[in-house]
Amino acid sequence: MTTPLIRLDGLTKAYPGVRANDDVSLEIAPSEIHALLGENGAGKSTLVKMIYGLVKPDSGNMTLAGAAYDPQEPRAARAAGVAMVFQHFSLFDALSVAENVALGMEDPPAMRDLSQRIKDVSETYGLPLNPSRRVGDLSAGERQRVEIIRCLLQDPKLLIMDEPTSVLTPQEVEILFQTLRKLSAEGTAILYISHKLEEIRTLCNSATILRGGKVVGKCNPRDATAREMAELMVGKGLSVPARSGKSHGLVALELERLSMPAPSNFGMPLRDISLQVRSGEVMGIGGVAGNGQDELLQALSGETRAPGKRIWLFGEDIGARGPRSRRAKGLLCAPEERLGHAAAPNMTLTENAMLTGSLRRGLERNGFLDWRAARNFAEEIIARFDVRTPGPNNAARALSGGNLQKFVVGREVLQDPKVLVVNQPTWGVDAAAAAAIRQALLDLAAAGGTVIVISQDLDELMEISDRFAALNEGRLSDPRDTAGLTIEEIGLMLGGAHGMEVAHV
Amino acid sequence: MDLSAINPVLLLAALLAAATPILLAATGELIAEKAGVLNLGVEGMMITGAICGFATAVETGSPLLGFAAAAVGGAALSLLFAFLTQVALANQVASGLALTLFGLGLSALLGQSYVGVKPPRMEDVNFGPLADIPLIGRIFFQHDLVLYLGVVLVASVWAFLKYTRSGLILKAVGENHDAAHALGYKVVRIRTLAIMFGGACAGAGGAYISLVRVPQWTEGMTAGVGWIALALVVFASWKPWRVLLGAYLFGGITQLQLNLQGAGVAIPVEYLAMSPYIITIVVLVLLSADKAQAPASLGRTFHASQ
Amino acid sequence: MIRLVKRPQPSAAWSYGAPLLAVLATILAGGLLFFFLGKNPGEAIATIFWEPLFGEFAFFYRPQLLIKGAPLVLIAIGLSLGFKAGIWNIGAEGQYIIGALCGAGVALAMYPLNVFWLFPAMVLAGALGGWAWAMIPALLKTRFGTNEILVSLMLVYVAEQFLASMSLGLMKNPEGFGFPGSRNLQQYPAAHNAEIIANTGLHWGVLAALISVIFAYVLLTRHRLGFSIRVTGDAPRAATFSGVSPKRLVIFCLGTSGALAGLAGLFEVAGPAGQVTIDFNVGYGFTAIIVAFLGRLHPVGILLAGGLMALTYIGGDIAQSQLGLPAAAIQIFQGMLLFFLLAIDVFTNYRLQIGRQEAA
Repeated sequence: MTTPLIRLDGLTKAYPGVRANDDVSLEIAPSEIHALLGENGAGKSTLVKMIYGLVKPDSGNMTLAGAAYDPQEPRAARAAGVAMVFQHFSLFDALSVAENVALGMEDPPAMRDLSQRIKDVSETYGLPLNPSRRVGDLSAGERQRVEIIRCLLQDPKLLIMDEPTSVLTPQEVEILFQTLRKLSAEGTAILYISHKLEEIRTLCNSATILRGGKVVGKCNPRDATAREMAELMVGKGLSVPARSGKSHGLVALELERLSMPAPSNFGMPLRDISLQVRSGEVMGIGGVAGNGQDELLQALSGETRAPGKRIWLFGEDIGARGPRSRRAKGLLCAPEERLGHAAAPNMTLTENAMLTGSLRRGLERNGFLDWRAARNFAEEIIARFDVRTPGPNNAARALSGGNLQKFVVGREVLQDPKVLVVNQPTWGVDAAAAAAIRQALLDLAAAGGTVIVISQDLDELMEISDRFAALNEGRLSDPRDTAGLTIEEIGLMLGGAHGMEVAHV
Repeated sequence: MDLSAINPVLLLAALLAAATPILLAATGELIAEKAGVLNLGVEGMMITGAICGFATAVETGSPLLGFAAAAVGGAALSLLFAFLTQVALANQVASGLALTLFGLGLSALLGQSYVGVKPPRMEDVNFGPLADIPLIGRIFFQHDLVLYLGVVLVASVWAFLKYTRSGLILKAVGENHDAAHALGYKVVRIRTLAIMFGGACAGAGGAYISLVRVPQWTEGMTAGVGWIALALVVFASWKPWRVLLGAYLFGGITQLQLNLQGAGVAIPVEYLAMSPYIITIVVLVLLSADKAQAPASLGRTFHASQ
Repeated sequence: MIRLVKRPQPSAAWSYGAPLLAVLATILAGGLLFFFLGKNPGEAIATIFWEPLFGEFAFFYRPQLLIKGAPLVLIAIGLSLGFKAGIWNIGAEGQYIIGALCGAGVALAMYPLNVFWLFPAMVLAGALGGWAWAMIPALLKTRFGTNEILVSLMLVYVAEQFLASMSLGLMKNPEGFGFPGSRNLQQYPAAHNAEIIANTGLHWGVLAALISVIFAYVLLTRHRLGFSIRVTGDAPRAATFSGVSPKRLVIFCLGTSGALAGLAGLFEVAGPAGQVTIDFNVGYGFTAIIVAFLGRLHPVGILLAGGLMALTYIGGDIAQSQLGLPAAAIQIFQGMLLFFLLAIDVFTNYRLQIGRQEAA
């Protein structure tokens, strides 16, 4: 057995109220692709932040290539040969690719030489990228390449990748895996964080599974089944949501060649979107992040107004209507960003219940607000959706991501929507709660409501939706029945590999 | 009315001087804003610089020492702002206003015994024969050192932002402080330095008013120049050369309305005096469409835990 | 090592305690300042805070408290609505001037007609004038996205020049022997904002300030509009999502604060000041910013803060005449109050943690 490249021994890190990591130990050998598995909140991020010098452990120690390793800051980690690709990219939109790369290096060469090196590396590893482009104009897949190249230019011994595929199409995932295998063959060790089991089975040759901050198992993912790993990760058997029968009624919501300009600098315009959704139906809309999901939700919620004769709700043109008016007519939405968009962080849950519930739950009269009724509504949401919080007087920001998500989705579901649009309904939610949210959406459809689920989680969409369409560069593909749809077909609907057309024609 | 009393050569020469306080203050604020800090305290730092510079120049007899003291004074006051916004994580708008209100009071207190005093004269740089060239000599080569330093400052800031690694890091911090932090850059330290640079420049700009332009000390003598400098940064789309251009534009307007007042134009003095402010508003409106250049983290509070 | 850790919930205790601590810290720092100015700090502080309320001449100063406090509260209430929503009207001083000019303009145009509706008409004109002046930044912001901070502030300087032009020109008293300044409205019964009860300082502006406090309180706690303001301040996107129109909110907040500042100007010019003069404005519009923050943007808090700030004005005047304390020292004193408040306020949302652990 080769000596391990990095060795973690009994790492522990506690935050007020939670032990994020509890006595975590693992070893990674050179050339090894090691998976770190776990649900949201299992402590994966804290662990890699300690390795990368962003967080200091309370106790435990690390060795890198036989020497004690205790990085005080990311700079020290990079100097020691540890590089990291973040889940939320640490990129600067207004700067060029080359400038972004330079910022991640200790001693970058002159800009012209750097650009040449970026070109060289990107060709060697099959990651095409133009060094002079502005990062804000790149697709999510291309932005990830910037991060990866930034790391590769420093010849890392250990490359940490945090949920790298959540922003990629299946084709782009394949390209990424080829790059990683090539790196591994050259001797680089890779720590690969994910909760997607199939991916790990194809890529990784060892795995550590975390739950509640503790190591609960180690395995070779090629031998273990996905089910075994899932049960280790979640800690109990999973219930799959029950599907309703399929009898769809009238057209509830119709988009007719809807086009909208990009709302912000780096936003995505909506291009010629047509869609019909019937009552009793669950429509799944997939797509890689940043392809118009947010913009579509805002166009439906009424935050951005559409031109006339483009959006119809039960045959009525609602394009010029604002959010309140649309809500009154039964079109409800739950945006992706929970803090700051779906909910106001410093306001109490009662106030956040008032935020969208005031009309349909009768919480206001002639503009005057009935706080007691709002409090009752908040308590109802908390009870029905199992929101873990001391009570409705708590601020939204005090809730964990998953609990706030339950609150936000619950708030809309309990308002008896005729059409409900949710963006990323289960993002950051643990498996049991995710199943409950999906069940609630299916129940809504079974009762004759219409549900549009926008999500980047393809498994989720395949599980609950009747039809599927994909957003790509602000365009919506023709919807297809989910039954019989293959992963390759979905990949093509998502737009194949962005920026790779030349290579793949 | 006698428009012939306005000498275009003198007007142009005076324009350069009128532009310098705005130029200095706006260039300093540009650096602060590039780092993501919106400091609305420019007016307060300018007036503090104006009295620090004035008092030092009077006491030492050296205007250049005065400018140095003004820069130190402005930077020291800006440290209060840096403490509030970077350490105590206070709202930048409120803190900037507090700085201005405080600076106005502080300068009034410091300046009590300097009302009516004449400061030592700032000597012009001796360009030898260049100064004797007709027209051009009078317009460009008969000014004091600080005026030329102002132009050099703009060029340096431009080169700093465009060519140096530190400039790149500064822009990165202003663009996305979380990402910069994740890469290991010291956001708070960089911003504090940028704030202090802005304070020093504003202080020097204020001293230019009290030592060269007017030259004497009166309470509240900056009369909104700090705010015009803030507007100028927006006008310039955060680009140094456009700050220079904008400063000359405002300098020109200020000087022209002063000359018109002197020439006894039929427009009442008060309406001429309000013109620079109205023109600032008009320019802001004309250029408000171009916000794309604003640093993305401008005005946002940074706390490392998030 | 000491670091700040974000609290899961804003702390109610600190939120009430911070203004009190800020006042305390300011008194300490102010005492130090007075000491360096060669005054007895204890005596100076006592003169500022004790003399006006309980001193020998308190009967004279107490009404002054209402007279100075009313415009501060009136303006600060308006400003606080916008500040809560992240809409920064910094130009209340200008709106105050224009309100006074419009109100006085109505009176001077009617002179010497003594009719009962004159004063109500002046009140209306004052509010409209301030409102219209604030509409300039509001409309420029909603139509062109222009920064309201800079525009409203520039308009202060414009208003000051306009005031100068009016008091030297159009509104100059034709019987004033060439002195600048308008007729004295105190000598024009139908236009005079006289005390409702003699020698109490209680004029119509004081009443208006109290009404505005109640109005703002109900608006913010009970009405959807006030809720919209609060949501916008916390999370603008969440507000838009819930159905708030950001543009309408800008118009409402700037308009309301402008109208209230205009009212304050009118009550001042028709009452305590009496006439339009070149130095009619004394900075209430800027001090009200401090009052609004010190009152934590809460109507009742603003009422208290307005009283405190009025006290420092009056006490400062006394200290100036009795102890020779410079007027600027009081200005610094007020500025420090805002500094300390902003600094101490960090503990409402963060707590100190000592040790090497870092935050989540």
